[in-house]
Amino acid sequence: MDYSAVWISLKTASVSIVITFFLGLLVARWVVSIRHEKLKMFLDGILTLPMVLPPTVMGFFLLYLFGAKRPLGMFFLEFFSYKIAFSWSATVLAAVVISFPLMYRSARGAFEQVDQNLFYAARTLGMREGRIFWRVVMPMALPGVASGGVLAFARGLGEFGATAMIAGNIAGQTRTLPLAIYSEVAAGNMEGAYDYVLIIVCISLLVIFCLNWFTSLGRRFMKKEPVQ
Amino acid sequence: MTLEVALEKKFKGFNLNVQFTHGNDIMGVLGASGSGKSMTLKCIAGIETPQRGRIVLNGRVLFDSEQKINLKPQERKVGYLFQNYALFPNMTVEQNIACGLEQLRSAKADKQAVVREMIERFQLEGLAKRYPLQLSGGQQQRVALARIMAYEPEALLLDEPFSALDAYLKDQLQEELLEMLGSYPGSVIMVTHSRDEVYRLCPQLLVIDHGRAVRRGATREIFADPQQLAVARLSGCKNFSRARRIGEQTVEALDWQVRLQVRPPFPEHFDYIGVRAHDFVPVDERGEEINRLPCRLLNSSETPFEHNIIFTTVAEAERPPRIWWLYGRDEYRGAALPSYLTVAPEKNLLLS
Repeated sequence: MDYSAVWISLKTASVSIVITFFLGLLVARWVVSIRHEKLKMFLDGILTLPMVLPPTVMGFFLLYLFGAKRPLGMFFLEFFSYKIAFSWSATVLAAVVISFPLMYRSARGAFEQVDQNLFYAARTLGMREGRIFWRVVMPMALPGVASGGVLAFARGLGEFGATAMIAGNIAGQTRTLPLAIYSEVAAGNMEGAYDYVLIIVCISLLVIFCLNWFTSLGRRFMKKEPVQ
Repeated sequence: MTLEVALEKKFKGFNLNVQFTHGNDIMGVLGASGSGKSMTLKCIAGIETPQRGRIVLNGRVLFDSEQKINLKPQERKVGYLFQNYALFPNMTVEQNIACGLEQLRSAKADKQAVVREMIERFQLEGLAKRYPLQLSGGQQQRVALARIMAYEPEALLLDEPFSALDAYLKDQLQEELLEMLGSYPGSVIMVTHSRDEVYRLCPQLLVIDHGRAVRRGATREIFADPQQLAVARLSGCKNFSRARRIGEQTVEALDWQVRLQVRPPFPEHFDYIGVRAHDFVPVDERGEEINRLPCRLLNSSETPFEHNIIFTTVAEAERPPRIWWLYGRDEYRGAALPSYLTVAPEKNLLLS
Protein backbone atom coordinates (compact mmCIF):
# COMPACT_ATOMS: atom_id res chain seq x y z
CA MET A 1 0.00 0.00 0.00
CA ASP A 2 1.18 3.45 -0.88
CA TYR A 3 0.90 5.58 2.25
CA SER A 4 1.36 8.82 0.33
CA ALA A 5 -2.36 8.76 -0.51
CA VAL A 6 -3.23 8.66 3.21
CA TRP A 7 -0.85 11.50 3.92
CA ILE A 8 -2.10 13.62 1.01
CA SER A 9 -5.73 13.04 1.97
CA LEU A 10 -5.15 13.98 5.60
CA LYS A 11 -3.22 17.07 4.60
CA THR A 12 -5.87 18.11 2.09
CA ALA A 13 -8.80 17.46 4.42
CA SER A 14 -7.13 19.26 7.36
CA VAL A 15 -6.10 22.35 5.43
CA SER A 16 -9.38 22.56 3.56
CA ILE A 17 -11.55 22.16 6.68
CA VAL A 18 -9.76 25.06 8.35
CA ILE A 19 -10.35 27.25 5.31
CA THR A 20 -13.93 26.05 4.81
CA PHE A 21 -14.78 26.40 8.49
CA PHE A 22 -13.79 30.03 8.87
CA LEU A 23 -14.84 31.05 5.37
CA GLY A 24 -18.23 29.40 5.91
CA LEU A 25 -18.65 31.13 9.28
CA LEU A 26 -17.75 34.53 7.91
CA VAL A 27 -19.91 34.25 4.82
CA ALA A 28 -22.85 32.87 6.85
CA ARG A 29 -22.56 35.74 9.30
CA TRP A 30 -22.45 38.20 6.45
CA VAL A 31 -25.43 36.70 4.60
CA VAL A 32 -27.51 36.60 7.81
CA SER A 33 -26.88 40.32 8.31
CA ILE A 34 -28.10 41.25 4.81
CA ARG A 35 -31.50 42.92 5.00
CA HIS A 36 -32.28 42.96 1.29
CA GLU A 37 -34.32 39.77 0.89
CA LYS A 38 -33.84 39.28 -2.86
CA LEU A 39 -30.09 39.83 -2.70
CA LYS A 40 -29.99 37.37 0.16
CA MET A 41 -31.81 34.72 -1.86
CA PHE A 42 -29.59 35.27 -4.86
CA LEU A 43 -26.39 34.99 -2.84
CA ASP A 44 -27.71 31.94 -1.05
CA GLY A 45 -28.36 30.30 -4.40
CA ILE A 46 -24.86 31.02 -5.70
CA LEU A 47 -23.24 29.85 -2.48
CA THR A 48 -25.21 26.62 -2.39
CA LEU A 49 -24.65 25.77 -6.06
CA PRO A 50 -21.47 23.65 -5.52
CA MET A 51 -23.53 21.29 -3.38
CA VAL A 52 -26.20 20.80 -6.02
CA LEU A 53 -24.10 20.61 -9.17
CA PRO A 54 -22.29 17.37 -9.98
CA PRO A 55 -18.72 17.62 -8.62
CA THR A 56 -17.34 17.09 -12.10
CA VAL A 57 -19.18 20.20 -13.26
CA MET A 58 -17.66 22.17 -10.38
CA GLY A 59 -14.29 20.70 -11.36
CA PHE A 60 -14.93 21.84 -14.90
CA PHE A 61 -15.64 25.39 -13.70
CA LEU A 62 -12.52 25.35 -11.54
CA LEU A 63 -10.44 24.17 -14.46
CA TYR A 64 -12.02 26.88 -16.53
CA LEU A 65 -10.92 29.54 -14.00
CA PHE A 66 -7.65 28.15 -12.66
CA GLY A 67 -6.30 26.29 -15.71
CA ALA A 68 -2.78 27.32 -16.74
CA LYS A 69 -4.10 29.30 -19.71
CA ARG A 70 -7.08 30.74 -17.85
CA PRO A 71 -7.48 34.19 -16.22
CA LEU A 72 -7.05 33.24 -12.56
CA GLY A 73 -4.53 30.52 -13.34
CA MET A 74 -2.47 32.98 -15.39
CA PHE A 75 -2.72 35.57 -12.63
CA PHE A 76 -1.23 33.18 -10.07
CA LEU A 77 1.41 32.01 -12.51
CA GLU A 78 2.37 35.57 -13.40
CA PHE A 79 2.45 37.19 -9.96
CA PHE A 80 3.28 34.29 -7.66
CA SER A 81 4.93 31.97 -10.18
CA TYR A 82 2.57 29.36 -8.83
CA LYS A 83 0.72 26.78 -10.87
CA ILE A 84 -2.50 25.72 -9.20
CA ALA A 85 -4.04 23.21 -11.60
CA PHE A 86 -2.72 19.65 -11.18
CA SER A 87 -0.75 20.55 -8.05
CA TRP A 88 -1.47 19.60 -4.44
CA SER A 89 -3.10 23.00 -3.77
CA ALA A 90 -5.73 22.10 -6.39
CA THR A 91 -6.89 19.22 -4.17
CA VAL A 92 -7.43 21.76 -1.38
CA LEU A 93 -9.20 24.12 -3.76
CA ALA A 94 -11.56 21.38 -4.91
CA ALA A 95 -12.27 20.20 -1.36
CA VAL A 96 -12.95 23.75 -0.13
CA VAL A 97 -15.30 24.60 -2.98
CA ILE A 98 -17.26 21.36 -2.71
CA SER A 99 -17.51 21.29 1.10
CA PHE A 100 -18.15 25.02 1.54
CA PRO A 101 -21.98 24.92 1.07
CA LEU A 102 -22.35 22.33 3.84
CA MET A 103 -20.48 24.54 6.26
CA TYR A 104 -22.14 27.72 5.10
CA ARG A 105 -25.68 26.36 5.25
CA SER A 106 -25.26 24.73 8.66
CA ALA A 107 -23.70 27.87 10.12
CA ARG A 108 -26.34 30.10 8.62
CA GLY A 109 -29.14 27.94 9.98
CA ALA A 110 -27.46 27.89 13.39
CA PHE A 111 -27.05 31.68 13.46
CA GLU A 112 -30.66 32.22 12.47
CA GLN A 113 -31.80 29.96 15.30
CA VAL A 114 -30.10 32.13 17.92
CA ASP A 115 -32.64 34.21 19.86
CA GLN A 116 -32.41 37.71 18.40
CA ASN A 117 -33.08 39.17 21.84
CA LEU A 118 -29.75 37.82 23.09
CA PHE A 119 -28.04 39.75 20.36
CA TYR A 120 -30.06 42.91 21.09
CA ALA A 121 -29.48 42.59 24.83
CA ALA A 122 -25.74 42.33 24.26
CA ARG A 123 -25.80 45.47 22.13
CA THR A 124 -27.77 47.48 24.69
CA LEU A 125 -25.23 46.37 27.31
CA GLY A 126 -22.46 48.02 25.31
CA MET A 127 -20.73 44.84 24.09
CA ARG A 128 -18.75 45.26 20.87
CA GLU A 129 -19.99 43.44 17.77
CA GLY A 130 -16.98 41.13 17.50
CA ARG A 131 -17.28 40.18 21.14
CA ILE A 132 -20.99 39.56 20.80
CA PHE A 133 -20.27 37.20 17.93
CA TRP A 134 -17.66 35.13 19.77
CA ARG A 135 -19.12 35.27 23.30
CA VAL A 136 -22.87 35.14 22.63
CA VAL A 137 -23.79 34.09 19.10
CA MET A 138 -21.11 31.45 18.55
CA PRO A 139 -21.65 29.49 21.80
CA MET A 140 -25.37 29.36 21.06
CA ALA A 141 -24.81 28.33 17.45
CA LEU A 142 -22.03 25.89 18.28
CA PRO A 143 -23.90 22.60 17.83
CA GLY A 144 -25.09 23.63 14.37
CA VAL A 145 -21.71 25.05 13.44
CA ALA A 146 -19.92 21.92 14.67
CA SER A 147 -22.19 19.60 12.75
CA GLY A 148 -21.57 21.74 9.68
CA GLY A 149 -17.86 21.28 10.32
CA VAL A 150 -18.26 17.50 10.58
CA LEU A 151 -20.20 17.32 7.34
CA ALA A 152 -17.77 19.61 5.55
CA PHE A 153 -14.77 17.60 6.75
CA ALA A 154 -16.35 14.32 5.68
CA ARG A 155 -17.25 15.78 2.33
CA GLY A 156 -13.74 17.20 1.87
CA LEU A 157 -12.13 13.89 2.78
CA GLY A 158 -14.34 12.03 0.33
CA GLU A 159 -14.04 14.56 -2.49
CA PHE A 160 -13.44 12.80 -5.80
CA GLY A 161 -15.02 14.34 -8.90
CA ALA A 162 -13.83 17.93 -8.74
CA THR A 163 -10.43 16.82 -7.47
CA ALA A 164 -9.99 14.47 -10.43
CA MET A 165 -10.87 17.33 -12.80
CA ILE A 166 -8.69 20.12 -11.43
CA ALA A 167 -5.93 18.22 -9.59
CA GLY A 168 -5.75 15.05 -11.59
CA ASN A 169 -4.66 11.68 -10.24
CA ILE A 170 -0.89 12.00 -9.91
CA ALA A 171 0.50 9.42 -7.51
CA GLY A 172 2.41 11.01 -4.63
CA GLN A 173 1.15 14.47 -5.53
CA THR A 174 -2.59 14.74 -5.99
CA ARG A 175 -3.76 11.15 -5.48
CA THR A 176 -6.01 11.33 -2.42
CA LEU A 177 -7.59 8.27 -0.79
CA PRO A 178 -10.77 8.28 -2.90
CA LEU A 179 -8.67 8.56 -6.05
CA ALA A 180 -6.34 5.85 -4.81
CA ILE A 181 -9.30 3.56 -4.21
CA TYR A 182 -10.60 4.30 -7.67
CA SER A 183 -7.18 3.65 -9.21
CA GLU A 184 -6.78 0.33 -7.41
CA VAL A 185 -10.22 -0.85 -8.44
CA ALA A 186 -9.73 0.38 -11.99
CA ALA A 187 -6.52 -1.65 -12.11
CA GLY A 188 -8.49 -4.69 -10.91
CA ASN A 189 -6.71 -4.69 -7.55
CA MET A 190 -9.57 -5.05 -5.08
CA GLU A 191 -7.24 -6.23 -2.29
CA GLY A 192 -5.29 -2.96 -2.46
CA ALA A 193 -8.53 -0.96 -2.27
CA TYR A 194 -9.60 -2.67 0.99
CA ASP A 195 -6.82 -1.05 3.02
CA TYR A 196 -7.63 2.43 1.73
CA VAL A 197 -11.34 1.93 2.39
CA LEU A 198 -10.61 0.77 5.93
CA ILE A 199 -8.45 3.81 6.61
CA ILE A 200 -10.97 6.32 5.26
CA VAL A 201 -13.79 4.75 7.32
CA CYS A 202 -11.66 4.90 10.48
CA ILE A 203 -10.65 8.53 9.99
CA SER A 204 -14.22 9.58 9.30
CA LEU A 205 -15.58 7.86 12.41
CA LEU A 206 -12.83 9.26 14.60
CA VAL A 207 -13.50 12.81 13.47
CA ILE A 208 -17.23 12.51 14.04
CA PHE A 209 -16.70 11.20 17.59
CA CYS A 210 -14.26 14.00 18.34
CA LEU A 211 -16.62 16.70 17.18
CA ASN A 212 -19.62 15.23 18.98
CA TRP A 213 -17.61 15.18 22.18
CA PHE A 214 -16.49 18.75 21.58
CA THR A 215 -20.10 19.83 21.01
CA SER A 216 -21.31 18.21 24.22
CA LEU A 217 -18.64 20.15 26.12
CA GLY A 218 -19.94 23.39 24.72
CA ARG A 219 -23.51 22.58 25.77
CA ARG A 220 -22.76 21.94 29.43
CA PHE A 221 -24.70 25.05 30.41
CA MET A 222 -27.89 23.64 28.93
CA LYS A 223 -28.19 21.12 31.75
CA LYS A 224 -30.87 21.95 34.25
CA GLU A 225 -29.19 20.78 37.47
CA PRO A 226 -26.86 23.07 39.37
CA VAL A 227 -23.27 22.54 38.38
CA GLN A 228 -21.07 21.72 41.35
CA MET B 1 -33.37 63.68 33.81
CA THR B 2 -35.63 63.76 30.79
CA LEU B 3 -36.36 61.62 27.80
CA GLU B 4 -37.90 63.26 24.75
CA VAL B 5 -39.20 60.97 22.07
CA ALA B 6 -40.77 61.72 18.70
CA LEU B 7 -40.76 58.96 16.16
CA GLU B 8 -42.39 57.81 12.98
CA LYS B 9 -41.99 54.40 11.43
CA LYS B 10 -44.00 52.98 8.56
CA PHE B 11 -44.79 49.31 8.16
CA LYS B 12 -47.04 47.48 5.77
CA GLY B 13 -50.51 48.48 6.87
CA PHE B 14 -49.33 50.03 10.10
CA ASN B 15 -47.82 53.38 10.97
CA LEU B 16 -46.12 54.10 14.25
CA ASN B 17 -46.32 57.75 15.24
CA VAL B 18 -45.50 58.45 18.87
CA GLN B 19 -44.46 61.57 20.74
CA PHE B 20 -43.91 62.09 24.43
CA THR B 21 -41.55 63.46 27.03
CA HIS B 22 -40.90 61.78 30.31
CA GLY B 23 -39.12 62.73 33.52
CA ASN B 24 -37.78 60.66 36.36
CA ASP B 25 -40.42 58.30 37.60
CA ILE B 26 -42.02 55.23 36.05
CA MET B 27 -44.15 55.71 32.98
CA GLY B 28 -46.39 52.90 31.82
CA VAL B 29 -47.11 52.38 28.15
CA LEU B 30 -50.47 50.74 27.75
CA GLY B 31 -51.69 49.34 24.45
CA ALA B 32 -53.23 46.29 22.85
CA SER B 33 -50.85 43.73 21.37
CA GLY B 34 -49.62 44.92 18.01
CA SER B 35 -50.26 48.56 18.87
CA GLY B 36 -46.57 49.43 18.56
CA LYS B 37 -45.54 49.74 22.18
CA SER B 38 -42.62 47.32 22.06
CA MET B 39 -41.51 48.84 18.78
CA THR B 40 -41.41 52.24 20.49
CA LEU B 41 -39.06 50.86 23.15
CA LYS B 42 -36.88 49.21 20.52
CA CYS B 43 -36.54 52.51 18.68
CA ILE B 44 -35.46 54.25 21.89
CA ALA B 45 -32.87 51.56 22.60
CA GLY B 46 -31.57 51.71 19.04
CA ILE B 47 -32.50 48.14 18.16
CA GLU B 48 -34.89 49.45 15.52
CA THR B 49 -34.48 52.63 13.52
CA PRO B 50 -37.43 54.94 12.97
CA GLN B 51 -37.77 56.64 9.58
CA ARG B 52 -38.22 60.08 11.09
CA GLY B 53 -38.02 61.65 14.49
CA ARG B 54 -35.79 62.70 17.32
CA ILE B 55 -34.85 61.01 20.58
CA VAL B 56 -33.05 62.99 23.27
CA LEU B 57 -31.96 61.57 26.62
CA ASN B 58 -30.74 64.05 29.25
CA GLY B 59 -29.73 66.49 26.54
CA ARG B 60 -27.86 63.84 24.58
CA VAL B 61 -29.23 63.32 21.07
CA LEU B 62 -29.60 59.59 20.49
CA PHE B 63 -31.40 59.87 17.21
CA ASP B 64 -32.26 62.71 14.89
CA SER B 65 -33.41 61.98 11.36
CA GLU B 66 -32.78 65.53 10.18
CA GLN B 67 -29.28 65.85 11.58
CA LYS B 68 -28.65 62.24 10.56
CA ILE B 69 -27.67 61.23 14.06
CA ASN B 70 -28.24 57.60 14.96
CA LEU B 71 -26.21 56.33 17.89
CA LYS B 72 -25.58 52.61 18.09
CA PRO B 73 -27.32 50.76 20.92
CA GLN B 74 -23.88 50.38 22.48
CA GLU B 75 -23.53 54.16 22.77
CA ARG B 76 -26.99 55.01 24.04
CA LYS B 77 -26.70 53.96 27.68
CA VAL B 78 -30.28 52.74 27.67
CA GLY B 79 -31.07 49.57 29.60
CA TYR B 80 -33.58 47.16 28.11
CA LEU B 81 -35.27 44.39 30.06
CA PHE B 82 -36.58 41.86 27.58
CA GLN B 83 -39.79 39.92 27.99
CA ASN B 84 -37.83 36.65 28.22
CA TYR B 85 -34.96 38.47 30.03
CA ALA B 86 -32.47 37.47 27.29
CA LEU B 87 -29.90 36.14 29.74
CA PHE B 88 -26.93 34.53 28.01
CA PRO B 89 -27.46 30.79 28.65
CA ASN B 90 -23.77 30.01 28.18
CA MET B 91 -22.66 32.34 30.96
CA THR B 92 -23.03 32.06 34.71
CA VAL B 93 -24.94 34.63 36.72
CA GLU B 94 -21.78 36.58 37.53
CA GLN B 95 -20.55 36.42 33.94
CA ASN B 96 -23.92 37.70 32.76
CA ILE B 97 -23.73 40.63 35.17
CA ALA B 98 -20.13 41.37 34.16
CA CYS B 99 -21.09 41.65 30.47
CA GLY B 100 -22.14 45.26 30.75
CA LEU B 101 -18.84 46.16 32.41
CA GLU B 102 -16.61 44.73 29.70
CA GLN B 103 -16.16 47.94 27.78
CA LEU B 104 -15.37 50.05 30.83
CA ARG B 105 -11.77 51.05 31.38
CA SER B 106 -11.75 50.43 35.11
CA ALA B 107 -9.54 47.79 36.68
CA LYS B 108 -10.62 44.17 36.88
CA ALA B 109 -10.87 44.31 40.67
CA ASP B 110 -13.29 47.24 40.45
CA LYS B 111 -15.47 45.35 38.01
CA GLN B 112 -15.55 42.36 40.31
CA ALA B 113 -16.58 44.65 43.13
CA VAL B 114 -19.49 45.94 41.04
CA VAL B 115 -20.59 42.38 40.26
CA ARG B 116 -20.45 41.48 43.96
CA GLU B 117 -22.41 44.58 44.88
CA MET B 118 -25.12 43.73 42.32
CA ILE B 119 -25.31 40.13 43.51
CA GLU B 120 -25.91 41.40 47.01
CA ARG B 121 -28.35 44.13 46.01
CA PHE B 122 -30.48 41.79 43.93
CA GLN B 123 -30.38 38.97 46.46
CA LEU B 124 -28.50 36.55 44.27
CA GLU B 125 -26.08 35.27 46.89
CA GLY B 126 -25.20 31.63 46.32
CA LEU B 127 -26.34 31.74 42.71
CA ALA B 128 -23.28 33.42 41.22
CA LYS B 129 -21.94 30.24 39.60
CA ARG B 130 -25.28 29.03 38.29
CA TYR B 131 -26.41 29.15 34.68
CA PRO B 132 -29.65 30.96 33.78
CA LEU B 133 -31.53 27.75 32.97
CA GLN B 134 -30.91 26.59 36.53
CA LEU B 135 -32.78 29.59 37.96
CA SER B 136 -36.46 30.24 38.62
CA GLY B 137 -38.34 32.88 36.65
CA GLY B 138 -38.08 35.40 39.47
CA GLN B 139 -34.36 34.81 39.91
CA GLN B 140 -33.84 35.22 36.18
CA GLN B 141 -35.59 38.56 36.28
CA ARG B 142 -33.39 39.70 39.13
CA VAL B 143 -30.26 38.65 37.25
CA ALA B 144 -31.43 40.51 34.16
CA LEU B 145 -32.04 43.64 36.23
CA ALA B 146 -28.72 43.29 38.01
CA ARG B 147 -26.98 42.98 34.64
CA ILE B 148 -28.66 46.15 33.41
CA MET B 149 -28.06 48.12 36.62
CA ALA B 150 -24.36 47.21 36.65
CA TYR B 151 -24.16 48.96 33.29
CA GLU B 152 -25.58 52.13 34.90
CA PRO B 153 -28.01 53.09 32.13
CA GLU B 154 -29.47 56.58 32.00
CA ALA B 155 -32.90 55.25 31.15
CA LEU B 156 -34.51 51.89 31.74
CA LEU B 157 -36.97 50.23 29.39
CA LEU B 158 -39.05 47.30 30.63
CA ASP B 159 -40.79 45.26 27.95
CA GLU B 160 -43.72 43.39 29.51
CA PRO B 161 -41.59 42.32 32.46
CA PHE B 162 -44.20 40.11 34.08
CA SER B 163 -45.81 38.39 31.13
CA ALA B 164 -43.51 35.35 31.32
CA LEU B 165 -44.35 34.63 34.95
CA ASP B 166 -46.90 32.53 36.78
CA ALA B 167 -49.76 34.48 38.30
CA TYR B 168 -48.73 33.81 41.90
CA LEU B 169 -45.22 35.10 41.23
CA LYS B 170 -46.44 38.26 39.56
CA ASP B 171 -47.66 40.07 42.66
CA GLN B 172 -44.53 39.32 44.59
CA LEU B 173 -42.25 40.35 41.76
CA GLN B 174 -44.13 43.56 41.14
CA GLU B 175 -43.45 44.53 44.75
CA GLU B 176 -39.80 43.56 44.37
CA LEU B 177 -39.45 45.53 41.18
CA LEU B 178 -40.93 48.64 42.77
CA GLU B 179 -38.46 48.32 45.60
CA MET B 180 -35.49 47.80 43.31
CA LEU B 181 -36.45 50.69 41.07
CA GLY B 182 -36.95 52.94 44.07
CA SER B 183 -33.30 53.95 44.17
CA TYR B 184 -32.94 54.27 40.40
CA PRO B 185 -32.39 57.91 39.43
CA GLY B 186 -33.26 57.80 35.69
CA SER B 187 -36.38 57.54 33.57
CA VAL B 188 -38.18 54.21 33.53
CA ILE B 189 -40.62 53.18 30.84
CA MET B 190 -42.63 50.02 31.24
CA VAL B 191 -44.61 48.51 28.40
CA THR B 192 -47.56 46.34 29.30
CA HIS B 193 -51.03 45.35 28.27
CA SER B 194 -52.14 44.86 31.85
CA ARG B 195 -54.09 47.74 33.36
CA ASP B 196 -53.49 46.33 36.84
CA GLU B 197 -49.71 46.50 36.40
CA VAL B 198 -49.90 50.04 35.10
CA TYR B 199 -52.16 51.20 37.89
CA ARG B 200 -50.02 49.59 40.54
CA LEU B 201 -46.53 50.43 39.29
CA CYS B 202 -46.66 53.48 37.07
CA PRO B 203 -47.58 56.98 38.29
CA GLN B 204 -47.43 58.22 34.69
CA LEU B 205 -49.12 56.74 31.67
CA LEU B 206 -48.95 56.82 27.90
CA VAL B 207 -51.72 55.11 25.96
CA ILE B 208 -50.93 53.85 22.47
CA ASP B 209 -53.64 52.80 20.08
CA HIS B 210 -52.95 51.55 16.56
CA GLY B 211 -49.49 53.07 16.54
CA ARG B 212 -50.55 56.49 17.80
CA ALA B 213 -50.01 58.02 21.21
CA VAL B 214 -53.58 58.92 22.16
CA ARG B 215 -53.19 59.99 25.78
CA ARG B 216 -50.43 61.06 28.13
CA GLY B 217 -50.81 62.03 31.78
CA ALA B 218 -51.09 60.87 35.36
CA THR B 219 -52.31 57.28 35.52
CA ARG B 220 -55.00 57.85 38.10
CA GLU B 221 -56.48 60.79 36.24
CA ILE B 222 -56.59 58.88 32.98
CA PHE B 223 -58.32 55.93 34.64
CA ALA B 224 -60.83 58.26 36.31
CA ASP B 225 -61.56 60.16 33.09
CA PRO B 226 -60.50 58.18 30.01
CA GLN B 227 -62.23 60.55 27.52
CA GLN B 228 -61.64 58.27 24.52
CA LEU B 229 -63.21 54.92 23.72
CA ALA B 230 -59.85 53.24 23.10
CA VAL B 231 -58.40 54.57 26.36
CA ALA B 232 -61.47 53.49 28.33
CA ARG B 233 -61.29 50.02 26.81
CA LEU B 234 -57.57 49.66 27.66
CA SER B 235 -58.22 50.89 31.18
CA GLY B 236 -60.58 47.95 31.63
CA CYS B 237 -64.00 49.44 30.93
CA LYS B 238 -66.17 46.70 29.45
CA ASN B 239 -69.52 48.35 28.67
CA PHE B 240 -70.10 50.85 25.88
CA SER B 241 -73.16 52.21 24.17
CA ARG B 242 -73.55 54.81 21.48
CA ALA B 243 -74.98 57.90 23.15
CA ARG B 244 -76.36 61.37 22.49
CA ARG B 245 -77.21 64.30 24.67
CA ILE B 246 -80.90 64.91 25.27
CA GLY B 247 -81.03 67.27 28.23
CA GLU B 248 -79.29 69.46 30.77
CA GLN B 249 -77.73 66.46 32.53
CA THR B 250 -79.12 63.58 30.55
CA VAL B 251 -77.92 61.42 27.71
CA GLU B 252 -79.68 58.67 25.87
CA ALA B 253 -77.72 55.42 25.61
CA LEU B 254 -78.89 54.33 22.18
CA ASP B 255 -77.80 50.69 22.27
CA TRP B 256 -79.06 50.12 25.79
CA GLN B 257 -82.26 52.10 25.21
CA VAL B 258 -82.07 53.88 28.55
CA ARG B 259 -81.69 57.47 29.65
CA LEU B 260 -78.86 58.16 31.99
CA GLN B 261 -78.00 61.17 34.10
CA VAL B 262 -74.40 62.21 33.90
CA ARG B 263 -72.40 64.77 35.80
CA PRO B 264 -71.73 67.92 33.75
CA PRO B 265 -69.79 69.55 32.25
CA PHE B 266 -70.26 67.72 29.00
CA PRO B 267 -67.21 67.27 26.80
CA GLU B 268 -67.31 69.19 23.55
CA HIS B 269 -67.88 66.05 21.60
CA PHE B 270 -68.82 62.52 22.53
CA ASP B 271 -70.23 59.47 20.77
CA TYR B 272 -70.27 56.85 23.47
CA ILE B 273 -71.11 56.31 27.06
CA GLY B 274 -69.08 53.79 29.04
CA VAL B 275 -69.78 52.15 32.39
CA ARG B 276 -67.26 50.01 34.24
CA ALA B 277 -68.53 46.56 35.15
CA HIS B 278 -67.85 47.20 38.84
CA ASP B 279 -69.86 50.43 38.96
CA PHE B 280 -73.36 48.95 38.83
CA VAL B 281 -75.33 48.77 42.06
CA PRO B 282 -78.40 46.54 42.47
CA VAL B 283 -81.64 48.32 43.38
CA ASP B 284 -85.14 47.39 44.39
CA GLU B 285 -87.97 47.11 41.91
CA ARG B 286 -89.96 49.81 43.69
CA GLY B 287 -87.04 52.16 44.19
CA GLU B 288 -87.00 55.77 43.10
CA GLU B 289 -83.34 55.94 42.10
CA ILE B 290 -82.23 57.62 38.92
CA ASN B 291 -80.31 55.76 36.20
CA ARG B 292 -82.21 52.53 36.57
CA LEU B 293 -81.26 49.86 34.05
CA PRO B 294 -83.59 46.90 33.66
CA CYS B 295 -81.54 43.79 34.22
CA ARG B 296 -82.34 40.61 32.24
CA LEU B 297 -79.86 37.82 32.66
CA LEU B 298 -78.04 36.49 29.60
CA ASN B 299 -75.19 34.60 31.18
CA SER B 300 -73.33 34.26 34.44
CA SER B 301 -70.07 32.79 35.67
CA GLU B 302 -67.87 32.83 38.73
CA THR B 303 -64.25 33.46 39.55
CA PRO B 304 -62.86 32.75 43.05
CA PHE B 305 -63.76 36.15 44.45
CA GLU B 306 -66.21 37.59 41.96
CA HIS B 307 -69.43 36.95 40.14
CA ASN B 308 -69.63 37.87 36.48
CA ILE B 309 -73.09 38.66 35.21
CA ILE B 310 -73.85 39.44 31.61
CA PHE B 311 -77.21 41.10 31.35
CA THR B 312 -79.16 43.12 28.86
CA THR B 313 -81.59 45.99 28.98
CA VAL B 314 -83.40 45.11 25.75
CA ALA B 315 -84.28 41.44 25.94
CA GLU B 316 -86.62 41.47 22.96
CA ALA B 317 -83.99 42.76 20.52
CA GLU B 318 -82.60 40.36 17.94
CA ARG B 319 -79.05 40.92 19.16
CA PRO B 320 -79.48 42.26 22.67
CA PRO B 321 -76.64 44.44 23.98
CA ARG B 322 -74.44 42.51 26.38
CA ILE B 323 -73.57 44.41 29.56
CA TRP B 324 -71.10 43.14 32.16
CA TRP B 325 -71.68 43.47 35.86
CA LEU B 326 -68.95 42.25 38.20
CA TYR B 327 -69.41 42.14 41.94
CA GLY B 328 -67.52 40.69 44.87
CA ARG B 329 -68.89 37.62 46.63
CA ASP B 330 -70.07 39.59 49.61
CA GLU B 331 -71.41 42.65 47.84
CA TYR B 332 -74.71 41.19 46.76
CA ARG B 333 -76.26 38.15 48.35
CA GLY B 334 -79.76 38.22 46.87
CA ALA B 335 -81.14 34.84 45.89
CA ALA B 336 -82.22 36.02 42.45
CA LEU B 337 -80.79 38.57 40.09
CA PRO B 338 -82.03 42.10 40.91
CA SER B 339 -84.48 43.43 38.36
CA TYR B 340 -82.74 46.77 38.18
CA LEU B 341 -79.21 48.12 38.41
CA THR B 342 -78.22 51.69 38.83
CA VAL B 343 -75.07 53.65 38.19
CA ALA B 344 -74.06 56.93 39.84
CA PRO B 345 -74.04 59.93 37.46
CA GLU B 346 -70.34 60.59 38.02
CA LYS B 347 -69.50 57.01 37.08
CA ASN B 348 -70.88 57.43 33.58
CA LEU B 349 -67.94 58.00 31.23
CA LEU B 350 -68.58 60.11 28.15
CA LEU B 351 -66.21 59.06 25.40
CA SER B 352 -65.31 60.23 21.95
